[in-house]
Amino acid sequence: IPSVSNIVPESCLLIVVGLLVGGLIKGVGQKPPILKSDIFFLFLLPPIILDAGYFLPLRQFTENLGTILIFAVVGTLWNAFFLGGLMYAVCQLGGPGLNHISLLANLLFGSIISAVDPVAVLAVFEEIHINELLHILVFGESLLNDAVTVVLYHLFEEFANFEQVTIIDIILGFLSFFVVSLGGVFVGVIYGVIAAFTSRFTSHIRVIEPLFVFLYSYMAYLSAELFHLSGIMALIASGVVMRPYVEANISHKSHTTIKYFLKMWSSVSETLIFIFLGVSTVAGHHYWNWTFVISTLLFCLIARVLGVLVLTWFINKFRIVKLTPKDQFIIAYGGLRGAIAFSLCYLLDYKHFGMRDMFLTAIITVIFFTVFVQGMTIRPLVDLLAVKKKQETKRSINEEIHTQFLDHLLTGIEDICGHYGHHHWKDKLNRFNKKYVKKCLIAGERSKEPQLIAFYHKMEMKQAIELVESGGIGKIPSAVSTVSIQNINPKTLPVERILPALSKDKEEEIRKILRNNLQKTRQRLRSYNRHTLVADPYEEAWNQMLLRRQKARQLEQKMNNYLTVPAHKLDSPTMSRARIGSDPLAYEPKADSENLPIITIDPASPQSPESVDLMNEEPKGCGGLPPSPEEDEEGLVMRVKEPSSPGTDDVFTPGTGDSPSNQRMLRCLSDPGPRPEPEEGEPFIPKGQ
Amino acid sequence: RALQRGVPGAPCARHFSFPPTVTSEQIEHLHRRFKQLSRDQLTIRKENFDSIPDLEFNPIRGKIVHAFFDKRNLRQESDGLADEINFEDFLTIMSYFRPIEMNMDEEQLDRFRKEKLKFLFHMYDSDHDGKITLQEYRNVVEELLSGNPHLEKESARSIADGAMMEAASICVGQMGPDQVYEGITFEDFLKMWQGIDIETKMHVRFLNMETIAHCY
Repeated sequence: IPSVSNIVPESCLLIVVGLLVGGLIKGVGQKPPILKSDIFFLFLLPPIILDAGYFLPLRQFTENLGTILIFAVVGTLWNAFFLGGLMYAVCQLGGPGLNHISLLANLLFGSIISAVDPVAVLAVFEEIHINELLHILVFGESLLNDAVTVVLYHLFEEFANFEQVTIIDIILGFLSFFVVSLGGVFVGVIYGVIAAFTSRFTSHIRVIEPLFVFLYSYMAYLSAELFHLSGIMALIASGVVMRPYVEANISHKSHTTIKYFLKMWSSVSETLIFIFLGVSTVAGHHYWNWTFVISTLLFCLIARVLGVLVLTWFINKFRIVKLTPKDQFIIAYGGLRGAIAFSLCYLLDYKHFGMRDMFLTAIITVIFFTVFVQGMTIRPLVDLLAVKKKQETKRSINEEIHTQFLDHLLTGIEDICGHYGHHHWKDKLNRFNKKYVKKCLIAGERSKEPQLIAFYHKMEMKQAIELVESGGIGKIPSAVSTVSIQNINPKTLPVERILPALSKDKEEEIRKILRNNLQKTRQRLRSYNRHTLVADPYEEAWNQMLLRRQKARQLEQKMNNYLTVPAHKLDSPTMSRARIGSDPLAYEPKADSENLPIITIDPASPQSPESVDLMNEEPKGCGGLPPSPEEDEEGLVMRVKEPSSPGTDDVFTPGTGDSPSNQRMLRCLSDPGPRPEPEEGEPFIPKGQ
Repeated sequence: RALQRGVPGAPCARHFSFPPTVTSEQIEHLHRRFKQLSRDQLTIRKENFDSIPDLEFNPIRGKIVHAFFDKRNLRQESDGLADEINFEDFLTIMSYFRPIEMNMDEEQLDRFRKEKLKFLFHMYDSDHDGKITLQEYRNVVEELLSGNPHLEKESARSIADGAMMEAASICVGQMGPDQVYEGITFEDFLKMWQGIDIETKMHVRFLNMETIAHCY
C-alpha cells in the first residue's frame, strides 16, 4: 500500500498545510499573513541557495556548464518573450477586461513566470533520485537563470514607466545582463576568497569557524542585491570558491556543523516557503480571469517544451554525451515554477501595475499546477520511462586513482596533439591553484597535500568513523572484510613472532614520553613521517591483526552477554555515540592485553580525571583507549598497539601515533571541549613514540 | 576514403580491425603536428617528445610516451617496445581517443570500450605480463604523486596497498588468509571500471570537429 509520501511530494503537502492554516486563520476572522517579499528574499531564500551552492557537485557542473548556460539564458529569454508576446495577443483579443494591459506589462509578466524555480526543483528532484546529469542540468539551470530574471524584471519595470523605449535602452539592457551576472559572480568570488583567507587563521578559535562561512556568504548575497546584481549567483560563486580552501582549514567538527546547519536552515526555509505560499493563496487578493489564467498555463507549458526541444537539438551538436528524448522530456517536465515568481510579482507596484492581482492569480495557478500535477506525476513517469536513476556509487580509492590517471593522460595527449582543449586548461588551472592560491589560502602543511592523499585520508576517516559507529569490529561495513595485506603481498608475511616483548627501559621510556605529553599542549602534527617507538618489526606483525580479529569475534559473543545495551543493534549515530563511551567493543578487545605492555595512569594524578572526561566526550578519536565503566576505577589503561602502516590495516583502527588517519583524529580532538583546560587542552594522546 | 587522400607521408588505406574513423581534416592536422614533432623526419623517437613544453608538468609523462611505443598498442604481433614510430602508428594511438558515436550498436560499443580499457591496462602493466602486480600499482601511485617532492614513499605505498586490497575484494570477493591475489588481470580491470563510463570520458575533443567519415 503506497503511503502518502510516496505519491505526493513534500512540497505539495506543505502547500496544502498552508492552505489549511490560511483557511483556519481566515475562518477565525483574522487576516492571514502574506509572504512578504523582503522576508522571502532576505531570509528565506539565501539558506537554500547557499546549501545548494556549497554542496554543488562541481565536476559535473563544469562539465555541463555550456549546456546549463544555454538552457538558463537562452531558454529563459525564449520563455519570457514567447509567453509575453502571446499573452499580449491574448489580451488584445480578450475583450474589455484585458485590453488595457500593455505589451510591456505582458513582457514583464512573462519574465516573472518564465524562470524555473530552484526551490521547487530541489524539493521535487531530491525525492526522485534521478541520475546526476539530469539533476545538475535542471538544477543548474534553475540557479543560473536568476541573472536573466533579475535583468528582465528590472528592465521591464523601468521601461513600463518610460514613454518610449529606444534602441539604446534595449542595447543597454542587453549589456546590463552581462554586468548583472558577471558582477554577481565577481562579488561572490571576492567574498569567497576573503572567507577562505579568514579560515586560514582560525586554528585557535575553532568554535566560530562555521560562522565565517555563513556570514561571508550572506554578505556576498546582500552586497550583490544592494547593487542590483544577481544575489543568487554571488551566493553560489562564494560557496563554490570558498569550499575547497575552507574545508582544508577547518576542523572536522566545524565541517560537520556547517553541513548540518546548512541542511537544517535550508529545510526550514523550504518548508516555510511552501506553507506561506499556501497561506498567501488564501489571504491574497485574487482576480480570476478565465482567459488569462488558462492561456498563461497553456503557453507556459508549450513554451517550455518547445524551448527544450529546439535548444537540445542545437546543443546536441556540441555534446559528446547527447541528450536523448527521454532526457529532454524530463528536462521539460522538470521546469517547475515556485515562490520566486510569486514574490517578484508581489513586489510590483500597484500604481503602475493595476492588474497585479490578476497576475498574482495566474502565477499562483501556474505554481500550483507545476508543483502539484507535475511534481506528483514525475515520479511515476520516471519509473515508466525507465530513466536512469542515481547510482549509489561509493567513491573508492581505485576510482580516484583511475580518474586522476585518466585526467593526466588526456592532458598529456592534448599536449602532444598541440590542442588546447578542456583538459589542458583544467590542468593549467589546477597548477595555478596549487602553486599560488593554495599557499595563500590554506594554513600550514595542508597547502601542499596532494589531492590523492587528501581523498585517501577522508576515506580512512569515514571508514574509521563508520566502524566506530557500527559499534564493533565484527560489523565491518566495508567490503574489504577478509582481504588483508598478506593476500596481496605474501612476501611480507612474517614467519612467527607476534610481538616482541618490550624491555624494561623501553617501557619506562614509553611512560615518560606519555606523561610528558599530558602536560604539554599538543602541537598539530604535521609531517607524515613515522615516528616509531621501536624499530620496524611492528610493521610486519600482520599475524597479530588476524589473531586479534579472531579474538574479537569470540569476544563479541561474550560481550553481548554482559553489556546492558545489546551491541548488535545498529542504533542511530547519536545513540551509538552515546554508547561508545561505555562500549569497549569500539576499540581493541582486552583479550590482547597479555602481549602488550599495560601502562596505568594513577587516577590520583591531576590530569587523568579530565583526561577521562575528555575521552568520554571524544571517544572516536583515540585509537586503543577504551574507557569502559569497569576500567574507570583503575584509571586510564593504554595499550601500545603496533603502529600499523596507514591504510594497510583492513580493520581500519586508527594506529597510535603518526598514521595520517590518526593525525586527522588528533586534529578533530584539538577542538576545545566545553571545559577547555588552559594547560591541558588535549586529551591524552601518545605522541612520538 | 579519408586515408586515401594524398597526404604526403600518410599511408594508403589499410584494413584496421577497429576502424579509426577520423576525417581528412583531422588527419592533416595530426600530420602537421607529427612533422613538427619529428622535425620533418618520417619517424618519431622517444626523444622527440621532450620538445613539448607542457608535457614536463605531467606526472605520468613517462608512461604516456611509453604508451606510444608499446607494440601492443600499435597492434603489432610482437611484444616489447618499438624504437620509432611512423605516422600510421601515431594515428593508431590517436584512434584510441576517439569520442563515441551515436550510431554504434551494442557490440561495437562494447568493443570500443574494451579497446580503450586495454590501452589503459597496458599503461598500468609496465612489464607486459598481462597482470598489474602490487609493485606496478605502487609505481603508478608514486608517479601520480611525483609532483610533490617532499612526500614520503610510505604514503604512496599505503594508498596503493589499500587500493589493491579493494581491487582484490571487488574482483575475488572474500579471501582466506592463505590465498594470494597475484595481480589485476584484464578481466578484473574491466570489473573495476564497470561503474565509470570510459567511452564518454576517454576522448580528446578535437577529434570530433567535423562529420565523421568512415574508412573501410
